[in-house]
Amino acid sequence: MRTAESAQLIDVTGLEVLFGVLHERGYTIVGPTVRDGTVTMAELDSATQLPWGWSADTGPGHYRLRQRADGAGFAHCAGPQSVKNFLHPPRARLWSTDRTADGIIATGPEPPTKRYALVGVHPCDVAALAVLDRVLAHGEHPDPVYTARRDGVLVVTAECTEPGATCFCASMGTGPAATGGYDLALTELVDGGHRFLIRPGSPAGADLLARLPTRPASPVDVAAADTAVERAAVTMPRRMPDGSLPELIAANRESPHWADVASRCLTCGNCTMACPTCFCVSTTDVTDLTGEHTERWRQWDSCFSVDFSYVHGGPVRASGASRYRQWISHKLGTWHEQFGMSGCVGCGRCIAWCPAGIDITREAAALAAPTPAGEPS
Amino acid sequence: MTAATISGVIPLPYRVAGRREDTADTVTLELDRDGEGLPEFGPGQFAMLTAYGIGEVPISVSGSRGTRLIHTIRAVGAVTRALCATRSGDVIGVRGPFGTRWDVGAAAGHDVLVVAGGIGLAPLRPVVECLLADRRAYGHVAVLIGARRPGELLYPGDLRRWAAHVRVDVIVDRAEPGWRGRVGLVTGLIPAAGVDAGRAVAYVCGPEVMMRATARALVDRGVQAERVWLSLERAMRCGAGWCGHCQLGPLLICRDGPVVGYPVAEPLLTVREL
Repeated sequence: MRTAESAQLIDVTGLEVLFGVLHERGYTIVGPTVRDGTVTMAELDSATQLPWGWSADTGPGHYRLRQRADGAGFAHCAGPQSVKNFLHPPRARLWSTDRTADGIIATGPEPPTKRYALVGVHPCDVAALAVLDRVLAHGEHPDPVYTARRDGVLVVTAECTEPGATCFCASMGTGPAATGGYDLALTELVDGGHRFLIRPGSPAGADLLARLPTRPASPVDVAAADTAVERAAVTMPRRMPDGSLPELIAANRESPHWADVASRCLTCGNCTMACPTCFCVSTTDVTDLTGEHTERWRQWDSCFSVDFSYVHGGPVRASGASRYRQWISHKLGTWHEQFGMSGCVGCGRCIAWCPAGIDITREAAALAAPTPAGEPS
Repeated sequence: MTAATISGVIPLPYRVAGRREDTADTVTLELDRDGEGLPEFGPGQFAMLTAYGIGEVPISVSGSRGTRLIHTIRAVGAVTRALCATRSGDVIGVRGPFGTRWDVGAAAGHDVLVVAGGIGLAPLRPVVECLLADRRAYGHVAVLIGARRPGELLYPGDLRRWAAHVRVDVIVDRAEPGWRGRVGLVTGLIPAAGVDAGRAVAYVCGPEVMMRATARALVDRGVQAERVWLSLERAMRCGAGWCGHCQLGPLLICRDGPVVGYPVAEPLLTVREL
């Protein structure tokens, strides 16, 4: 909570101090920065690399950077990447083996060389991290690549005060306020001096906070932060339909609407690559020329590829309609049954980065809409 | 990283200790581990088998003897072809055990139907062996087997041995010269199986279309849907619940299956391309 007794302020220079302390403690800092015409996640050396003065205009199949006069650093909505790229890398070696006189000697995944501090991550992406934790770390067989990278990660979230047109985290209960899963939470205030309300969410965060040049926040600062985050929630233009999404999805397995989406969907898989929770992977085994050295690599895969569901005889999901149905049904529906939570955090990436401009909230709404009178259902 | 984590990911080398060619495209491998092996596999569970340098496939356990693992593999792709082509002494990688088991104990005191189609007999073989190991705990037991051709019938030696203790009926899709048995679908064997449908438990494995038809036929004859069990197949890359390939609606087949109750499977198997 942004309560008055724990509320403190830092200014922009305080953020640079935070970077210094994190570096001192051995963290590699990953945060948003402007690159390739987007706000993307990258390893940062300095707080000056944050996307100061940039926002993004988004829409279905649309993303454009926009400069802003107030110099805000965290007033951008989700870019094409998320922290998934760092903790669940697109490509990883699971093991390698060598055939020797003593038999087959196996080596596991390389231990990570970096310990990440994720700085400036919006609450939707902190929620996505919790989803990845549930899927990759909390099952019966934890994924060693993810867990090794995830252990010891420090999260500094930046509450969302300027959602994009594709955002719908408020209706997913994952934002724009930070409600957990972070070590430190920032709320950026630009009116009346550029400053950040800062509060700890863990002992590690409190320890860090003690090293920063803070000053007490006034009730006015706290109220301004509350207002900024509440405004973000109420002005968020998109939302999921009311009611139980898992029930909606389960009731619509045979809906004619899937054919309608398939007529627009290119099955390119962009949505799954941009999605901060899509975790699916494939594996590829490779050898050297001698055949004595073998490696298993794993790479992101997408349920939109035909090969994804291949069993002997052919793919289970050959049609585009069945593959789109799989994706949205998993995300909004069956994820609950599999992992006890939604697979969608409302970041809106799949809407912005869909080349056909397919909008998951509109498709869900279309499924939820009663069939117009007179039309065959 | 814990040892358990690693063992879920890195295949353990097992030596091919025995190899039998069952049919033109199907081979049974007996695998031994020098040193500490994997935890015991239950009936119905599966392993991920690695042909080093080629790839990995999920294969149900078709038997075990102590620490020895038995797998029956049909050569249908690059990896299964490589596994089938191994010779005695070759080393392959094994991960597991993964997935749910056939709950054979639940059939105690009941009549039992084991219905297999093609290679589907392989995962059911441990069920029959469990039934035989404690034969008096069960009522009437019928093993109904469908094969495409007489030459594709698995485990003829086992079938003769089983037939001394339980009913074993075989049917083929297409006869061959010399075949004097029945011709048709495996569902055709159900009426004469001699089990009391009202007190029967059924274990079914085969092609999906065969399992759909069999389960429906069993329920139509009065077998309670809750007592019909199927073993489902989907693509798998990890076996551990994090590759996403083996989804069937709400199920991750590697975790919630492969053995699934018919009430759960039925509404999922009737949706095309789910």
